[in-house]
Amino acid sequence: MTVTLFIPCFVDALFPRAGISMVQILEGLGHKVAFPESISCCGQPPFNSGYWDEARTVAAKVLPQLANSEAIVIGSGSCGAMLKVFYPQLFENTPQATLAKQISDRTWEFSDFLVSKLGVTDLGAKFPHKVTFHDGCHGLRELGLKKSPRALLGKVNGLELVEMGEAETCCGFGGTFATKFPMISTAMGEVKCASATETKAEYIVSNDSSCLMHIQGLLSRQANPLKTIHLAEVLNLK
Amino acid sequence: MSEREKILGRIREALKVGAPHPHSHTHAHPSPTSPPSTPRKWLPKVGETYDEQLALFAKNAAELKADFQLFNSAAEARQGIAALRDKEKWQQVAGHSGDLTNAICPALNLPLLRTDKPYDVHALEACDAGISECDALIAQTGTVLVTNRSAGGRALSVLPPHHVVLARRDQLVADLPAAFALLQQRYATNYPSMISFITGPSRTGDIERILVLGAHGPKKLTIICF
Amino acid sequence: MSFVSQFKAQARVMAGDLRHRKIIRTALRNYEIVRDVRKASFQDWQGARQLAAETKWQAVNHLDQHLEQFTAKLESRGTKVHWASNAAQAREIVLKIVKDKKAKSVIKSKAMTSEEIHLNDALEHAGLNVVESDLGELIVQLRKEAPYHIVFPSMHLTRDEISELFQRELGSAATNDPEELTMIARRALRKKYLTADIGITGANFAIAETGMISITENEGNARLTAALPKTMISLIGIEKVLPRMEDLALFLPMLATMGTGQQLTCYNTLYSGPRQPGETDGPEEWHVVLLDNHRTELLADAEQRDALHCIRCGACLNVCPIFRNVGGHTYATTYSGPIGSVITPHLRGLQDWKHLSSASSLCGACTETCPVKIDLHHHLLQNRRNAAKQQPSFAEKTSFKLFAFAANRPALWNFGKKMARIFQPLQGLVKGTPVDPAKAWTQTRDLPQLAPESFKDWWRNRK
Repeated sequence: MTVTLFIPCFVDALFPRAGISMVQILEGLGHKVAFPESISCCGQPPFNSGYWDEARTVAAKVLPQLANSEAIVIGSGSCGAMLKVFYPQLFENTPQATLAKQISDRTWEFSDFLVSKLGVTDLGAKFPHKVTFHDGCHGLRELGLKKSPRALLGKVNGLELVEMGEAETCCGFGGTFATKFPMISTAMGEVKCASATETKAEYIVSNDSSCLMHIQGLLSRQANPLKTIHLAEVLNLK
Repeated sequence: MSEREKILGRIREALKVGAPHPHSHTHAHPSPTSPPSTPRKWLPKVGETYDEQLALFAKNAAELKADFQLFNSAAEARQGIAALRDKEKWQQVAGHSGDLTNAICPALNLPLLRTDKPYDVHALEACDAGISECDALIAQTGTVLVTNRSAGGRALSVLPPHHVVLARRDQLVADLPAAFALLQQRYATNYPSMISFITGPSRTGDIERILVLGAHGPKKLTIICF
Repeated sequence: MSFVSQFKAQARVMAGDLRHRKIIRTALRNYEIVRDVRKASFQDWQGARQLAAETKWQAVNHLDQHLEQFTAKLESRGTKVHWASNAAQAREIVLKIVKDKKAKSVIKSKAMTSEEIHLNDALEHAGLNVVESDLGELIVQLRKEAPYHIVFPSMHLTRDEISELFQRELGSAATNDPEELTMIARRALRKKYLTADIGITGANFAIAETGMISITENEGNARLTAALPKTMISLIGIEKVLPRMEDLALFLPMLATMGTGQQLTCYNTLYSGPRQPGETDGPEEWHVVLLDNHRTELLADAEQRDALHCIRCGACLNVCPIFRNVGGHTYATTYSGPIGSVITPHLRGLQDWKHLSSASSLCGACTETCPVKIDLHHHLLQNRRNAAKQQPSFAEKTSFKLFAFAANRPALWNFGKKMARIFQPLQGLVKGTPVDPAKAWTQTRDLPQLAPESFKDWWRNRK
């Protein structure tokens, strides 16, 4: 099939390896990957701040570029939730309501796409390290993701997964929240880092780079040797 | 226009617009399709037989630190309450007239302050124990169901530091739905002004979440069942 | 200082107070363990939540009918029912009763509605002696501070702090044993119960069909407050209705499970009237005060109406990472945590209190835990939208307009990325200083570096 890859703005600019890994994995499975180059952002920043008109302005340009996609795959729980859960709300009672619903129905988060849609869990990956998984909140609670990332990690050669006590606790990023309420955001991140450190894992893995960006920022500042890595990157290593 | 009319008016105006029915807000937890109106199916399970229910009540009572004493006859129960009097060194007790209290309390040989007649609350405060009947024992939760009609008023079962409940074995009911059904059957046309579900002796966790018994209500709860 | 500045200042202090964070974390960890045992004992917890949500939907969406039935039943047995549109009216009603009775002393059991309308201050100004009987409420009353949590008013205090307080305020001996401290409070309150002129309670539920209120407590202080004083007043938010008495078979265990991790709270008591003919104790007069205080406005917001389904269990506070890190007092309002952040803009004003809805990462843990399935975190988002629509911030609206402009013009967006790549090293020079544009981030975190080759660059190059 032709899989349309939606690359979040922060993945494009800051963590391209996560996107590249997804392309290589999907092509490795025999699928064609399409990438609408002129999409910059899903519109979540203005949306989360309550400026829905401005969010709609951005999202309205996204919709037509995904209109003909067979399947839209996003390597981020938060952008995935934006398209899947919030676009239908954003375009309720507008001419694009139907299109938004159609796109929502065809949108998948990356790990969920592999496991639930393609029925694939073993990608022949090798990552001989001890890791712990951070459940990004949008993926966990808006999209219901819990099992798919773990099913995939379970098949990675040499990988040992240790769950942290605060796996499901918000890391504190929350988009603009991180800079509007930095003291709270930092406290929340400290709780996450402490819980991860307790597991004695070498890596924190997640399906959301925005969370990892915040967690890594704290780890580096604390000179904590724990490293962060996106799920797709782990699955693409042999 | 009275405040009542104003408030009701605002409510009616507001309700002209319907609110969405509760559903699953996220994909994580799909809703079950139209659950039944009785919660029995969702609440913790209770055994079907009397013996299972009695065992469950006893287990719950123990966890709650309520003293559940089971006897085979009124005579044994009289011995039991006398033993309790000796152990606790009661000098004055309070109670009310009733089939069970009349049968058991005389064994105490102590002055009994009656709270089902006009009484002095300071005299009640001086009592070591309050002895009452009950409407039911609820297996599911280890609860004693009382009303101010069956248990000597509002204060008897909560002011003295030791509450003793007299119950018959056949007063055991399975669960909360059964208890509410019993209340409806018994009192539907004229409810007592107080109905209380008592689950263990009084307690608090307000200091560092550490459990302490006897906050304001009774520190001790004994259930004498025969 | 504006409410939002105060909030941020207090949040900064509390987030940095590791001792406080540890106390709260320990208390809540103990709660979580027992809560999860209780949830697991349900045959189907999610089924129970759905039934509870639907029952509350019925109750609130037929509120007028239920309130009329509730009132009629109460009045038929001698209860006096009063209706208060706002806090001032509610206070007036209570003060009038107090004056009519020539009362000198009031004993109270826990009532968040009384906090909401600032009743204690009004009573004390009128010369009354007011005592909180719930141990946690008594503790914060003596400390002259607001309750920290709607279920655990004193969870932020250690036994040592409580011991010092009791020594100072009650003249008690020094002890930090929780049992002895509880006994000190018990003894101090005994006389108050026996001599108070008026007992004031709240209510957890108002049963429409049978005209009863239901009060949930562990200590027995509400039972005493409703048994001994000659006059009883109960203050109830109009949203507390449940249609039928047997609905409590579901709600009482759910409230206990989520509120305190108990199977059932120690005393769950239904009151259907003052002392009836033939009864030997209980209040001679019972007044029920129904409180609106902007609840009808929340009712009119159909999108957020389910916030009125709240049973005040406190579970959302307990799971909220914001609450856990800044604590209940930071919110500076009666109802804190997620439910407080949702309803306070409605109860006290959107523009003044919208910051509570912004101070959230929208993680959704609250919605997930709520026993009546209130869509809490989405309501926070809706409050943000409503606030922005009502009074957009010029700075924010402009920057998001520019953002949208750039996002829809790939050439401009790519140009922006190129510029950012050029300027990023310069940011490194001012990092951490007052002129650092990324100060909000870099104060505590390292900034991610822009990738030398973006994904789009890579994609274009491979073609």
